[in-house]
Amino acid sequence: MLWLLFFLVTAIHAELCQPDAENAFKVRLSIRTALGDKAYVWDTNEEYLFKAMVAFSMRKVPNREKTEISHVVLCNVTQRVSFWFVVTDPSKNHTLPADEVQSAIRMNRNRINNAFFLNDQTLEFLKIPSTLAPPTDPSVPIWIIVFGVVFCIVIVAITLLVLSGIRQRRRKNKGPSEMDDTEDKCENTVTIENGIPCDPLDMKGGHINDTFMTEEERLTPL
Amino acid sequence: MCPGLGARESLEGTGSLVVAPAGCQNNAGRGRRGSGRDEAPELGPGPGPDPLGGSSGDQRPKWDSKLQYLLSCVGFAVGLGNLWRFPYLCQSHGGGAFLIPYFIALFLEGIPLFHIELAIGQRLRRGSVGVWMAISPYLGLGCLSVSFLISLYYNMVLTWVLWYLLNSFQQPLPWGTCPLDLNRTGFVEECRATSTVSYFWYRQTLNVTAAIEHSGSVQWRLLACLAACWAVVYLCVIRGIESTGKAIYFTASFPYLVLTIFLIRGLTLPGAVEGLIYLFTPNVHTLQNPRVWLDAATQIFFSLSLAIGGHIAFASYNLPRNDCEKDALTVALLNSATSLYASIAVFSVLGFKAATDHGNILNLINEFDFPEHSISRDDYATVLTHLNSTQPERVAGLHLEACHLQDFLDKVPRGTGLAFIVFTEAILHMPGSPVWAVLFFSMLFTLGLSSMFGNMEGIITPLLDVGVLPRWVPKEVLTGAACLACFLSATCFTLQSGSYWLEVFDSHAASLNLILFAFFEVVGVAYVYGLDRFCDDIEWMTGRRPGLYWRVTWKVISPLLLLTIFVAYFALLTQTPLSYRAWNPQYEQFPLKQEKSYPGWVWAVCVLLSLLPALWVPGVALAQLLAQRRRKQEDTQRDTRLELQDSGVC
Repeated sequence: MLWLLFFLVTAIHAELCQPDAENAFKVRLSIRTALGDKAYVWDTNEEYLFKAMVAFSMRKVPNREKTEISHVVLCNVTQRVSFWFVVTDPSKNHTLPADEVQSAIRMNRNRINNAFFLNDQTLEFLKIPSTLAPPTDPSVPIWIIVFGVVFCIVIVAITLLVLSGIRQRRRKNKGPSEMDDTEDKCENTVTIENGIPCDPLDMKGGHINDTFMTEEERLTPL
Repeated sequence: MCPGLGARESLEGTGSLVVAPAGCQNNAGRGRRGSGRDEAPELGPGPGPDPLGGSSGDQRPKWDSKLQYLLSCVGFAVGLGNLWRFPYLCQSHGGGAFLIPYFIALFLEGIPLFHIELAIGQRLRRGSVGVWMAISPYLGLGCLSVSFLISLYYNMVLTWVLWYLLNSFQQPLPWGTCPLDLNRTGFVEECRATSTVSYFWYRQTLNVTAAIEHSGSVQWRLLACLAACWAVVYLCVIRGIESTGKAIYFTASFPYLVLTIFLIRGLTLPGAVEGLIYLFTPNVHTLQNPRVWLDAATQIFFSLSLAIGGHIAFASYNLPRNDCEKDALTVALLNSATSLYASIAVFSVLGFKAATDHGNILNLINEFDFPEHSISRDDYATVLTHLNSTQPERVAGLHLEACHLQDFLDKVPRGTGLAFIVFTEAILHMPGSPVWAVLFFSMLFTLGLSSMFGNMEGIITPLLDVGVLPRWVPKEVLTGAACLACFLSATCFTLQSGSYWLEVFDSHAASLNLILFAFFEVVGVAYVYGLDRFCDDIEWMTGRRPGLYWRVTWKVISPLLLLTIFVAYFALLTQTPLSYRAWNPQYEQFPLKQEKSYPGWVWAVCVLLSLLPALWVPGVALAQLLAQRRRKQEDTQRDTRLELQDSGVC
């Protein structure tokens, strides 16, 4: 008798859960894409966890607090890993409407994703769109900050160069006029008559005029 | 007595002779004494127009070292075109076979012209206006105006690069995600139809209008970046070669460093080798198409940045006795080597990008519920045929695109499309994207900046030589005025239709004029100035006479080649209908670009741009002729008046 009931229940469940059945959703997991080497194997225990998460989500819906794990039925599990699921009501005769299941899953999507270490792209509920995250707009766009830094540096450098150029030019203007003075002095000091330069009065460099040297001075002093 | 008095000066003549002795600051006196010495750096003995050399007393600025000069020339020649025009040409014109016309053009046209520019700049020690004054007048003004037009739009491209660079300092990169639409349920329609990178380029950067007539408003973001770019250019050219010489050490060598990094990274990525094989597989049949030869010749021409006046300006700051022949060969070969190097780096990254597009495999796996990663790229073909034979309806329902690497690589765009769309998407797939983005765009920026130095020198040096501003005005004012004028003129490119205008400038302002000027350059030097005189000059500068190869190319081959290129290019331009491809979201076949033709007034602007620089030559000639005739009229009037007076006296 019990066996008959069991087969009946599974038969009914099998009827309720079929690909493209009413109120059924297809789920697709990409575990190896998400986790790489740390990917776990999808077995019946993982399926149990999945059923638990769906039941948990349904229990959050008002009027559905009595949803049990056994109300969630999985079928057509493939190697991809993908499967179909439905959520039945306590009588196990018909499935819950798709809108309720959809809204329940959407509210708890994050919890379901985290239970399997996946995200919206790797744990896909086909036909259930995920709410997109709001764009993260910082108060000041980053490009303005970088632009400000670069522009300030450039302006400061230009100012420095222009100022140093002005200072250099001022020093050069003073320089040639000083050079002119010394040149005039030089020009005035050396006069040549008949091709023979006259001795200047103020001489630089230690030239000793023999005329004025005395005998004693030729000898080095003690 | 002041020491060091030369015997010659002291014993000249009798009577009082005031002499400035050598020990008393000889430098100031040199200018006054004139050109009596035999080893003055400003002039040289023998042939050559001496009065041009040392007419002014102040010294011409000099390069700090030979390395600075070489780096400046290399930096000017190596520009953005080496990165995004050469790989496209190489791949679309038969891969490795394209190198044949490329190198033929290099040795018959590129190197001889380049040698001429360096030699006359070095010999006559003047910018383009002064140089052409000596050989065939009025050409220099044309060169100057072409340099001006090129600077305008070249710096606009740098502005775009700077904008991308500023946006690269964040994770995730802004061109990786679409913005959400108003309901927050999906992405913006335009972004969904194309791709995130295209949306970022066309909408968030350019904010492009659907047609060139609709100018739209000035994009303040681009305007700010444009101001920053011109400020950077001003900072580097503020004192002429004194400042660019310092900056060039960084801007010329940094791109090579980054290219090497990208090459190493690119070669380690999967799919790179296929990209390279595809690039270099020679297809000799394409050589039968004359278009390939024309493209090779023009690519060499524009790649070496000839006839702009920048190389003449750089060479004019050299010491007169400098081996310009070796310099010309070094720089030209280095430029071509860089093109090849860059194309290897670019195509290895593109191959990687093609390899990561495995969308088809995912579709197959999802449809038939195969385990993940069960179909690799190699198995894809066999699995597809098997499935097609067993379950054709399901496979057909998937609408799979044919997945050939060649198809993807054939669609590689050139120019800005390569850098801002294809490469940015490839960078998104690399781990550590912001780092690669920063490296890539700073490389582009420094590449373009070193070319801008040459463009600005092509403007500033002739203006300085001609003496537009009085001598007491400092050089910083002249460079500042030039940069400001360019910045204000370039604001038209920051309009929403700016990118269309840039295309107009790019295709019409430079091409024909430069070829024409180069032709006049060669003809002027070889025939008007005299090839023998020129060879004597070169012998004086380098110590050896130019060989047969140089003489033959200068006299015969290069002028003929340039004339052929000019005629062919002119024919090509007149034959192709003047149209452009517009980005129109309302177009039915969006995201394909819409083909539109230019309205009449834009067509007139194109023609004006093509002809204006060349019109300087007859224009100034006409003006001088009229001035001469008026002077002659005045003279004859004066003579008749004097005659009348004389006759009246009697």
